[in-house]
Amino acid sequence: MKRLRFNQQEIVFAVFALLFLAFSIFLHGFLTPENMLTLLQNVAVLGILGLAMAIVVIGRGIDISLIAALAVPPGLVLQMVQNGHSLPASLLTAVLLTIAFGLVNGWLIAYAEVPSLFATLATGLLLAGLGQAALFQLDVVQWSDGMKGFERLGQGTILGIPTSIVMFAIACVVVAFLLRQTRWGAYIYAIGDNPHAARVTGIPSRPIIVLQYVVAALIGCFAGLVMAASVNSMPTRIFNSTLIYDVILVVVLGGIGLSGGRGGVLNVVIGTLLIGTMLNGMTIMDISYAGQNLVKGVVLLLAVITDSFLNPRNEETAQQGDI
Amino acid sequence: MRDTLTSLRYRYWPDHLLGEILSKRWTETAIPVILLLIVGFALSRSIDHFLSPASLADTARQAGEIGFIGLGMALVVIVGGIDLSVGSIFALTDFCALYLLDVLNWPVPAVVVATLACGALLGAVNGVLIGYLRLRAFITTLITLIIYRSAFDLLIQRYSNSIAAAFPDIPSWNFIGGGDVFGIPSVALVYIAIAIFGHIFMTRLRPGWHITAIGGSRRSAYNSGIPVRRTIALCYVASGVLTSIAALFFAARLGTVGGDIGVGLEVIVLTATVLGGITLGGGKGSVAKSLVGVLIVLLITNGLTTLNARGGINRMALAGILLIAAMVDIRWQKNRTRIISKVYVAPTYHALPPPPATEIGQGGPFEQNDKLRDVELIGLGRIEAPEDVILDRNNNLYAGSRHGDIMRFFAPDYQRMEVFAHIGGQPLGMAFDRQDNLYVCIGGMGLYRITPDGTVEKATDETNRSMHSVNDDSRLRLADDLDITDDGLIFFSEATVRYEMDEWPIDGLEARGNGRIICYDTKTGATHTALRGLKFPNGICVASDGQSILFAETFGCSIKRLWFAGPKKGQVEVVMDNLPGYPDNINLASDGNYWLALVGMRSPSLDLAWKMPGFRRRMAKRVPVDEWLFPNINTGCVVKFNEQGKILESFWDLRGENHPMITSMREHRGYLYLGGIMNNRIGRYKLENADPNFVQYDKRWGKLS
Repeated sequence: MKRLRFNQQEIVFAVFALLFLAFSIFLHGFLTPENMLTLLQNVAVLGILGLAMAIVVIGRGIDISLIAALAVPPGLVLQMVQNGHSLPASLLTAVLLTIAFGLVNGWLIAYAEVPSLFATLATGLLLAGLGQAALFQLDVVQWSDGMKGFERLGQGTILGIPTSIVMFAIACVVVAFLLRQTRWGAYIYAIGDNPHAARVTGIPSRPIIVLQYVVAALIGCFAGLVMAASVNSMPTRIFNSTLIYDVILVVVLGGIGLSGGRGGVLNVVIGTLLIGTMLNGMTIMDISYAGQNLVKGVVLLLAVITDSFLNPRNEETAQQGDI
Repeated sequence: MRDTLTSLRYRYWPDHLLGEILSKRWTETAIPVILLLIVGFALSRSIDHFLSPASLADTARQAGEIGFIGLGMALVVIVGGIDLSVGSIFALTDFCALYLLDVLNWPVPAVVVATLACGALLGAVNGVLIGYLRLRAFITTLITLIIYRSAFDLLIQRYSNSIAAAFPDIPSWNFIGGGDVFGIPSVALVYIAIAIFGHIFMTRLRPGWHITAIGGSRRSAYNSGIPVRRTIALCYVASGVLTSIAALFFAARLGTVGGDIGVGLEVIVLTATVLGGITLGGGKGSVAKSLVGVLIVLLITNGLTTLNARGGINRMALAGILLIAAMVDIRWQKNRTRIISKVYVAPTYHALPPPPATEIGQGGPFEQNDKLRDVELIGLGRIEAPEDVILDRNNNLYAGSRHGDIMRFFAPDYQRMEVFAHIGGQPLGMAFDRQDNLYVCIGGMGLYRITPDGTVEKATDETNRSMHSVNDDSRLRLADDLDITDDGLIFFSEATVRYEMDEWPIDGLEARGNGRIICYDTKTGATHTALRGLKFPNGICVASDGQSILFAETFGCSIKRLWFAGPKKGQVEVVMDNLPGYPDNINLASDGNYWLALVGMRSPSLDLAWKMPGFRRRMAKRVPVDEWLFPNINTGCVVKFNEQGKILESFWDLRGENHPMITSMREHRGYLYLGGIMNNRIGRYKLENADPNFVQYDKRWGKLS
């Protein structure tokens, strides 16, 4: 007799549906069109970041420095425009900075073979420190006149849908195309599944790993621009927040196993919806920031435990020092 | 002129030390220590009063607190994990201590115990998750970091006011926070005590070894029966407890529960750990490394703060150091063996004059012949690698084998064969003592004694360590041949102290005096080194005067004499030099002369290469081992020489089928028995005009058979 098994995606979707249903019934003001839009708008940035993280996690890595990529290059754009530079020049500088940052990450992980968690933990601090020490005058970089028109990236609607959600959708399509339709995407899955085998097969695994981190950093930067546009400023202290755990939560809950090689864009969408619903519900219930963090932490812990049972580490391909 | 310069440069410049130093474990601690000294020096020059007692005591207090957390982190990293939650545990246990003391007014001892228990509990959560549920350490402790932090945030929202309002004035509490003994802060004292215990724990006690073993290879540790899960879990508990000790001192010193206590602490401690040289991924590390790392990081961060650097710079500096240290560490761990093997081979200058001729028609004592063409064969295909052969008075033949056995062939036809004794290492030179015990040099093991009934006993496997050598040369690496004097002294050669037995050709490539002669006293059991700096000393034979030994230096291509008694005691004299081949074992002949085996013949190419150390070093660095220039051991011979060093006779096998290379020969009752370390047979050659009753060791011990 075949055992009845759900895959993680279905379980998470079921949990999401239950949670959504419960909140709709028991939580006053949850199931209103305004709240739904707020919910989606709030999680759009998180979702875009989740896509960046997904690319890296599928390739059996992790990128803790995403928040730095989110905060610093867009902050630089705002700061440069404030200081009188033109918007295109500022954007170009920020993109170059992001690519350089991604290259450093990728090089450290692919060529210097520093474990990804560790490398990105340190590079994130490095970039955030750089922003704090050299780039920004204030912790919150304000919107200036030179940015006029750019706020449409995060505000307003396109065909009645809030722009940030459209941006999330565009990012989803791009990443889905990259992962599913290009050879590079296939390589990323192969590397995540078994790095040694991928390498032996002749896949240029090191350049592909570098590419993962560059793309992730670029997506992070994009998310930062959307965020800055939607709130008309860049609070660079966001680096100190627990946003990165939300991103990991999105990915892990969505069903992209941390051991790599599994999952896709759909998982990110589901994970984002679940987290969005959870956060929104907690906000309506007026749980304090620390309390929310506590709940998120516990949920993340349960998710990771479940993940480790559903996708156990492959001892054959696990590496020494893979902590 | 040029040769002279080369020879001087290679005689006095210790090339071999680099590889030996690099292969020492302590180099990995030495680098952070040097870094610490540099940082300390630089800061003391740029900051006033940096080295004043008050400043030092202040640094010591902070160092003690972070040092405890560093010890916990070191433990967890050594076991193969990581603990990012230390910052939050620190905050929570700090709160715990102050809450119990200020709000609940518990007595200080109870507060201490409860805080430690709290730290243990928080660590145990990590431990259970990572040890028993086998979650990934990094992600798990990252999550507990948030959970503990949010719990702390929730708690201080409620209690920070009541804690801030209290001013406990308890002497014992104040002593914990600010007391000192002879100027040494209390925290530093406790740290020193725990560090000493930690050092003993990690290096001398079984659980410490288990921890290192698990970090080195979790699976092997599991397979060898170590309780992996429990040990890992306990390491996290220990990390929690150590963090709570730090929090106790911190609480007693400052008495505050600010919201940012312990934020970013994990990065500081992690940087310290990696910078100290504790390898990420586990298996390597020590208390000293942890301490050095903590001191470096603390000096740098304090220095930057004193120099009024912006917060971002501090952060960047830490992250930068962390990255560089991790990178260096990872690359070094990965390439260590390769780098060491590249620099370990340190050839030296070794000039020999052109060798005497051996070709047919050239005349001379070494002129080739085909006398060994028709030897009788013993044990063909049944014995492997009989380096030495020896016969007892009952004509039974003993030979070593590659499999670590001493084989015995029974007289008279030597067809029947048995394992006389199993030793485990490859038997090389052999000799009988007065009581018919067989002494054997075992490559890689030392000097062993086999009683007539086949019991194996260790005679010695170590000698006195020389003061000026970097490699530990007290253990015997390649005991090669031996002989026993009338007084019961066993002189045996150790061919090289720098290489293992299978690497003997590399020692030939180096051509440095790496070998030595060691003396073992059968009466006292004491061992000492008699002579060192020899170029692959090999065969040893007590000379007929009873006061000296003859020994062969294989790559020195010479036979020398060492007086161990009499008026010339301690002197060394050359008996023969510039041999055309590489001398191996020496044994007595029935007519009072000596047999000598030449294991291989010199070749012009290696002779030339020996004069060109730079060439050989480049070869060792750039060419794979199996393409290096090796000494030629495809041809060899047996010669007989007399006390004055004159060659009397030589025996060759021109066809090279039976005895292309010969490492040993033993005369016995009119026959010469031949062995070769690369051979699969023992040869038996009928000697003319030889004493038909000669049994080497019966003659030596004055027994008549």
